Amino acid sequence: MRVFLFALVVAAVGLTVTFAQRSVQVFTGATVIPVSGPAIPNGVLVVENGRIAAVGPAGSVRVPRGADVTDLSGLVVMPGMICTHSHVAQPWGGDSSGPLQPEVRALDAVNVRAASVQKAQAGGITTANLMPGSGHLMGGQTLYVKFRDGKTVDDLALRGADGRVLGGLKMANGTNPQKAKPYPGTRAKSAALVRQRFIEAQEYRDKLANAAGDPEKKPARDLGLEALVEVLDGRRVIHHHTHRHDDILTVLRLSEEFGFRVVLHHVSEAWKVVDEIKAAGAACSLIAIDSPGGKLEARDIKWENAPLLEKAGVDIAFHTDDPINDSRLFLRSAAQGMRVGLSRQAALESLTLAGARMLDLDDRVGSLEVGKDADFVVLDGDPLSIYTKVLQTWIDGELVFDRSLPEDKKWAEGGWGAGSDNHAHHCCLGPTGRLR
Amino acid sequence: MIRLDRALVVLAALIVLPAQAQLAVRGRMVHTLDGPPIQNGVVLCRDGKISRVGPADRVRIPAGYRVLEAEVVTPGLVDAHSVVGLAGWLNIGHDQDQLETSQVMAPELRAIDAYNAREPLIEWIRGFGVTTIHTGHAPGELISGQTLIAKTRGTTMEQAVIVPEAMVVATLGDSSLRSGKEAPGTRAKQVAMLRAKLIKAQEALAKKRSRRGKGDKGGRKLDLEVLMHVVDGKRPLLITANRLQDIMTALRLREEFGFRLVLDGAAEVYEVLPEIRRAGVPVIVHPTMARAHGERENLSMTTAAKLVEAGIPTALQAGYESYVPKTRVVLFEAAVALALGRDEGLDFEEALGLITRDAAEIIGVGDRVGTLERGKDADLALYDGDPFETTTHCIATVIEGEIVFEGQR
Repeated sequence: MRVFLFALVVAAVGLTVTFAQRSVQVFTGATVIPVSGPAIPNGVLVVENGRIAAVGPAGSVRVPRGADVTDLSGLVVMPGMICTHSHVAQPWGGDSSGPLQPEVRALDAVNVRAASVQKAQAGGITTANLMPGSGHLMGGQTLYVKFRDGKTVDDLALRGADGRVLGGLKMANGTNPQKAKPYPGTRAKSAALVRQRFIEAQEYRDKLANAAGDPEKKPARDLGLEALVEVLDGRRVIHHHTHRHDDILTVLRLSEEFGFRVVLHHVSEAWKVVDEIKAAGAACSLIAIDSPGGKLEARDIKWENAPLLEKAGVDIAFHTDDPINDSRLFLRSAAQGMRVGLSRQAALESLTLAGARMLDLDDRVGSLEVGKDADFVVLDGDPLSIYTKVLQTWIDGELVFDRSLPEDKKWAEGGWGAGSDNHAHHCCLGPTGRLR
Repeated sequence: MIRLDRALVVLAALIVLPAQAQLAVRGRMVHTLDGPPIQNGVVLCRDGKISRVGPADRVRIPAGYRVLEAEVVTPGLVDAHSVVGLAGWLNIGHDQDQLETSQVMAPELRAIDAYNAREPLIEWIRGFGVTTIHTGHAPGELISGQTLIAKTRGTTMEQAVIVPEAMVVATLGDSSLRSGKEAPGTRAKQVAMLRAKLIKAQEALAKKRSRRGKGDKGGRKLDLEVLMHVVDGKRPLLITANRLQDIMTALRLREEFGFRLVLDGAAEVYEVLPEIRRAGVPVIVHPTMARAHGERENLSMTTAAKLVEAGIPTALQAGYESYVPKTRVVLFEAAVALALGRDEGLDFEEALGLITRDAAEIIGVGDRVGTLERGKDADLALYDGDPFETTTHCIATVIEGEIVFEGQR
């Protein structure tokens, strides 16, 4: 038995050593901003099998022998950024047939070879919520992705422990979904349509429960109601486009009536209803726009939404709404929040950990903590300075963007060919040119 | 009687002006754009003009001057091409006057007849230090109309405008293509139509010259009256062209007709820098953060830097946006141009020049604004740090010696 154990240990050590040589990467010398804790000057980040194995100040972290060590002295490392509201890769949802289309999935639409994916990598965004547009009350199921260098959507889509593709449900109110029949023409009609559909979902859920698995008694499958049952059960979060103060309150009212979990998006007039948002416990995904308006219901948008919500204790993230804001300039949004009083910590969280919480992914991404996915960016300066550039983006321990390569620099800055969809050959090549 | 009137005017000036217009601005760093920056500098503003610029130990602030202090002082910012005042912030029918689509070529449309001095976006950009805007009809028709130059002040066009008829706006490429009998459906047709129109203007000009002194004026045609100023070189033709072939078309048209060309947008211009330089054409490049799609899909955020380093007169612009944000802010556009352009060699003062001195020169008001030097309009922007850092605030904006914004934006 002892001999057997000894053999096992030897085998295990041997395996570990081989493995270490192959897949332990160590990054030293940088100022590491874990976001979940204070910045670490001269920090060490150890990545093993695509996950963070250790993070801490130099000297306190054991560097495995034979590890692949990269010196990042003078640079800054922070978690890969998370965009809670993005239209990168053309994730279009519902068509013009009607205002309620919870059955459509962004999964079936996204083009992972779009140039916008490369640009998002160049901006240091590693995880995103790809959303259908806001022209519907229910625009479709959103898709949570990582911007890996993928060949198909399956390479990018995030899945839960049960294998289910992860995503929320896009909803909108206010003027965008109001148009000619069969769309609603007023706010009250919009709310009535949504309530009616949720009531149908409640009834559908009850029928499913009553059937207790008996196929004879089960209601006929309804793709839209199936998605809404997930919403009612809290397994699918509503990502709700909303601007005006009264529209924000309508969302909160519906959320209370049907018990769904909601993240408020854009929330232009949040500053008018901060207390109500706080009381409802809703999180806010904000946009920073360089001038107010552009549409009537965004007339009163204020940068001050961010610090006011922070002070009230509301969880806030920024989003790009790419193409509204360019994914390559995402860092700038948090700095705009700071300009009007957002704290530095909240600013950093608004690009990373807060977004992870809103997507229920904070056990995997959003901060540099042991056990989390090795999604991080290497910067040449402070994240909140306009002069700072993203030098590298890593996802699951893989380098997906490297500014020192001309091809990747083109995605970062633009230039001839940067507008075209990603060419097919990029599907299988990492930035280092190695065939994967 | 006449003498008494004059005396009253002088007396009124003596009473009103000292309180209103005598201002000293101190900056820990003063970027004059007319020579090297001055540490601990002072700018004296008297009767709306700059009367003195220099280091604090050499410039005495006269008694009775109001003193403003800032970390950084720059010339009031100049937006070389905007639609603010014509394209309103609400983006609904009643505040969108930037583009008339009933006509393919409408050079007779004056911007002064559409400029809304009370537009909230004017107040918005003023709060970031923008004091002068070149604004008017938007790109989108073959000839969409005229532009004007205004200070970001006043409640009427008359109070704001300093150049009522600045340039004529033309657009080449997809955005001014439409199918139909009147409108061009292809690029070649578009250029043929434009050439035919410019030839008409040349003929009208020749006729006018041959009639000179003969009294017979003939029938006036507003469109040709304007284009005559273009073909005789008095008024620049601002051509928006983003695709490479459209940029080269603009150069070809300039060669043929000899007008003063200002190239606008110019997303793919980085491919033909030597050609642009040889032609001596200034470029008002697209906003750095313009969306990279459609004809601008290949834009680069380093284009302004590349143009400057190639020795081409270059300015940045807020441009036209059809959606959110309804206007961009040139301060932010220059900030990103600098952040990404430093690798190309662009430095702080060159980036600032894109939205002050060089912008003023290109739009033709370099003798009045764009730098801090004696005799120019007392237009200044004050900041509590590096103006390009996103977290820095504009703390005051001064137009002709008057504080038009004070606070923290």
